[in-house]
Amino acid sequence: MSEQVLASPEITYAAHSSGGTKRLWQVFWLLSVVTIIELVMGFGLAKEWYGDKEKNHTLILFVKGVICILSLAKAYYIVGVFMHLGGELKIFRLTIVVTLVLFVWFIIAFLADGNSWKNMRNTRGGSIKDPTEQTVPAATEKGAKE
Amino acid sequence: MSTTAIPKGMKWWNGGRSPFNVSYGKVMMWYFLMSDAFTFGAFLISYGTIRFSVNHWADANAVFNAFPFFGHQNLPLAFVSLMTFILIASSVTMVLAVHAGHNMNRKGVEKYMILTIIGGLMFLGCQAWEWTHLLTGEHFALAANGGLEGLNTSVIHNPWGAHLEGTALADALSKTPPDVLKSMLLSHEPHAVLTGLTNDQLLEQVKEAAVAGHIHATHPGPIAFGGYFFGITGFHGFHVFSGVIINIVMYIKTKLGHFDQRGHYEMIEKAGLYWHFVDLVWVFVFLCFYLV
Repeated sequence: MSEQVLASPEITYAAHSSGGTKRLWQVFWLLSVVTIIELVMGFGLAKEWYGDKEKNHTLILFVKGVICILSLAKAYYIVGVFMHLGGELKIFRLTIVVTLVLFVWFIIAFLADGNSWKNMRNTRGGSIKDPTEQTVPAATEKGAKE
Repeated sequence: MSTTAIPKGMKWWNGGRSPFNVSYGKVMMWYFLMSDAFTFGAFLISYGTIRFSVNHWADANAVFNAFPFFGHQNLPLAFVSLMTFILIASSVTMVLAVHAGHNMNRKGVEKYMILTIIGGLMFLGCQAWEWTHLLTGEHFALAANGGLEGLNTSVIHNPWGAHLEGTALADALSKTPPDVLKSMLLSHEPHAVLTGLTNDQLLEQVKEAAVAGHIHATHPGPIAFGGYFFGITGFHGFHVFSGVIINIVMYIKTKLGHFDQRGHYEMIEKAGLYWHFVDLVWVFVFLCFYLV
């Protein structure tokens, strides 16, 4: 293990430890295992392991939510360990992480917008109360009906 | 106020040292990647909006079920899993190259950079195969005239709508031209002998195979699927491609000893940040297009 070299005179100490590669391999295996779990769960969505897709809407939504959370966990480890953001100064971490909080609004607002469009289409702008009572008009929903 | 205390040629930030204790180049690489994250995020969220606005979307397990040299076997998500593992593996070789750089181990950096470049090229090859498969593969969907037609998956065609069943299927088959019926039968039995079959016999055979579930016919799906799929995986693939080019440049510079002369391997770290970001984006592309 050689002496740490500072990349630039602006830097007063090296934040990177030049320890072993054990942690890196741990993260590699963690990412692989989480990916396999995700695949099994995603495969189950097609195989209808969770029952009737129409009736078990909540369960399927829950499974999809779990897959999303597992993906966020993968992102956390890639950014934190592989990209070494976890080893940087806290104030630097915050300049990046706080900005990404905008995504929370971004995702909620736009998915709600898409959902609203679907409701409008299925109820013809609210003129039909119960969308399950009617068939989707073939002309506007060509091929998009279940 | 004297400025003579500052040594000649020193390019410090205004405060005299990096406020984040990170070099300027690395900070800017992080902020570039953050802006890139918003670009990818905007694409993926736009895709989510459209997907939420329709009642039916393509089933990833049906669309992505092929594997090279396995013909028509139904292997959902197998190939794309392979692509994902290739990218995870190339990510770990990249971080090992960065690690070797910290230890000023030139041979180690060279070895792991080569492995990372190979991983990137393998991923690109897989993606080329996947795209070709979708663009050339024919699937049978309801046409405007009420019969069926063979459609590929492209930015203007999406044969992945809801399945046609029962009387709707029989009705569509009776309006389907004989040449389409022939290719439907051949898609199920590539070596079937069709000469001498009357059109009625042909129709009967296709109906039998369709009832048995060997041949599928669908409504056409929302055409936005192809645009989003090829647009976003293409944009990601372009990032992988530019990452491979950057890694090749880094490999050559390592080989020429530029980083040893400089006294540090920080450029490998910056290239590594970019490469890991590409892997990070794939996590979400994988999530949005294949898993949920």
